[in-house]
Amino acid sequence: MSGRRLTHDLFFYLGMLLIFLPFMGGKVAYLPVVFAAVWGLGRFVRFAGENRGIVRFREGVVTAVAERQRLAIALILAVAVGLPFVSSNYLIEVLTSALLYAILASALNITVGLTGVLVLGFIGFYAVGAYTTGILTAKFALCNFWVALPLSGLAAMLCGILLGIPALRLKGDYLAVVTLGFGEIVRIFLTNLDRLTGGPNGILGIKRPSLGPFTIDQPREFYWFALAVLALVVLAVARLVNSRYGRAWIAIRENEMAAAALGIDVFRKHLLSFSLSAFFAGIAGSLFAVKQGFISPDSFTFYESVLVLCMVVLGGIGNVTGAVTGAFLLIVLPEFLREFAMYRMLVFGAVMVAFMVFRPHGLLGSRLIAREAVDREDAGAA
Amino acid sequence: MLRLTDVHLAYGHVHALKGVSLAVAAGEIVTLIGANGAGKSSTLKAISALHPLRSGAIEFAGEAIHALPPHQVVARGVSHCPEGRRIFYDLSVRENLLMGGYLLGKKELEERLAAVLDLFPRLRERLAQAGGTLSGGEQQMLAIARALMCNPRLLMLDEPSLGLAPLMVEKIFETVLSLKKGGLTVLLVEQNAGAALAVSDRAYVLETGRVTLAGDSASLARDERVVKAYLGG
Repeated sequence: MSGRRLTHDLFFYLGMLLIFLPFMGGKVAYLPVVFAAVWGLGRFVRFAGENRGIVRFREGVVTAVAERQRLAIALILAVAVGLPFVSSNYLIEVLTSALLYAILASALNITVGLTGVLVLGFIGFYAVGAYTTGILTAKFALCNFWVALPLSGLAAMLCGILLGIPALRLKGDYLAVVTLGFGEIVRIFLTNLDRLTGGPNGILGIKRPSLGPFTIDQPREFYWFALAVLALVVLAVARLVNSRYGRAWIAIRENEMAAAALGIDVFRKHLLSFSLSAFFAGIAGSLFAVKQGFISPDSFTFYESVLVLCMVVLGGIGNVTGAVTGAFLLIVLPEFLREFAMYRMLVFGAVMVAFMVFRPHGLLGSRLIAREAVDREDAGAA
Repeated sequence: MLRLTDVHLAYGHVHALKGVSLAVAAGEIVTLIGANGAGKSSTLKAISALHPLRSGAIEFAGEAIHALPPHQVVARGVSHCPEGRRIFYDLSVRENLLMGGYLLGKKELEERLAAVLDLFPRLRERLAQAGGTLSGGEQQMLAIARALMCNPRLLMLDEPSLGLAPLMVEKIFETVLSLKKGGLTVLLVEQNAGAALAVSDRAYVLETGRVTLAGDSASLARDERVVKAYLGG
């Protein structure tokens, strides 16, 4: 199938969305409903023509993005940067928290997605990062945010290395349970180390970062700041995926024994991915601390770990853009569905089960699916 | 070149190798034949350090290698192409091959890639394709090519003919012979004993973790016990 036809599809969906937008009267709450309606309509149109709608749509997006990657990235970035000019403060707050989760999901994607190591207590690293910033800038006021930010990453990384050296000798479920324990241990430490962490009361009065006379104070400014950090993290991960290390990680995930037989030091590569993903989680935690201004152990429960893991799984394991997409879906959609807040977890569970059944590779899938789509196109052209 | 002396290896309580001793000289093809569970794959795993020994010694090019981690064994020129192909489905053919030369420098890697692709022209056509989309025979070729990327002195092939069409099996063994002409030493593990004995110089017969017969391939292929047990005579 041709790329032109596929961009066609994409424009159809976006166009339909734009047509419906004025009828919503600015009520974003209807957005999912509209999207469902558009999707249904698109599906019907497709059904009337060729009954391969959703498969082709997905392949279409993947191929179109692969073909016009720079354009697509520029477009998404432009929309993301411009969004605060047209949206309410409330929406900006929601999007900012989605950005933080996107950083977290990208970080977790390194271990779970690329290296294939299941980590269940990932929020522990996030907590270490957040508390490092809280303790350094507010509790003891030792340094400003710009010093605390890298230190938070390094503190989380150190925890990653200390946990990884013994734990990464385990495999699969056993390792997952150990990391789950780590998440809980961090939370219990934070609750009980009163002198250092303020115990259950947490740390108050963490200041927003400032650089000279300029303070990142407005929600809009903080949004841009978080967006910049996310862009850097995604860029770093994307570069890693296509590097020697990234390939080694994927090789280990695909077949550990073959990777070892080819001369890849499996343990070291595991440790590297583990500590790197802890580092990025620590950075995200630091941002979280200054965004909230207040942190307590309640923000770092097991539920958060599961949520981040769901983002990675939902977006497509091992897919760099998938993790970001998953984060936005799982943070932004529940906000729009506040009326159904009671049933949120129910819907959440149903969606996860549906994904396991219909999209085991996640929304955007792995690299293999993208390549299959491109191969098919090549075959069609020949 | 390679010498195993009284090698014992166990998986928990299962004693897989009970004192295997064998030797491979430079430039020859040596086959290990035996039934399922005789310890053929375990022998290869012991050599490439994928599984620790219980006791015994393994010597390669005059150096003891049984205490080294797997990546250092590879660095010394021992390449193991494990059973069941085990290619990386999600990586492209090119990336699969690059992983094979993981320990090489950048310039050396490109040279090696070109040399290996000359051996397997079929793979050159498929460079950008995901490994998982190749046919069974192509996957086996890729697995061998990948194992050759590190420019080994000794290549260990575990069941390269498993599950392949007869024509493909022939092709694989032709490749092994041409590799030998290029000066490579090959240690081959095969269920397809007839074909393996035809290409190899010497062979060892393994039974329940012990070497029970050894000799040059031509005479083993005529040996009554071998014919009866492995050649379906």
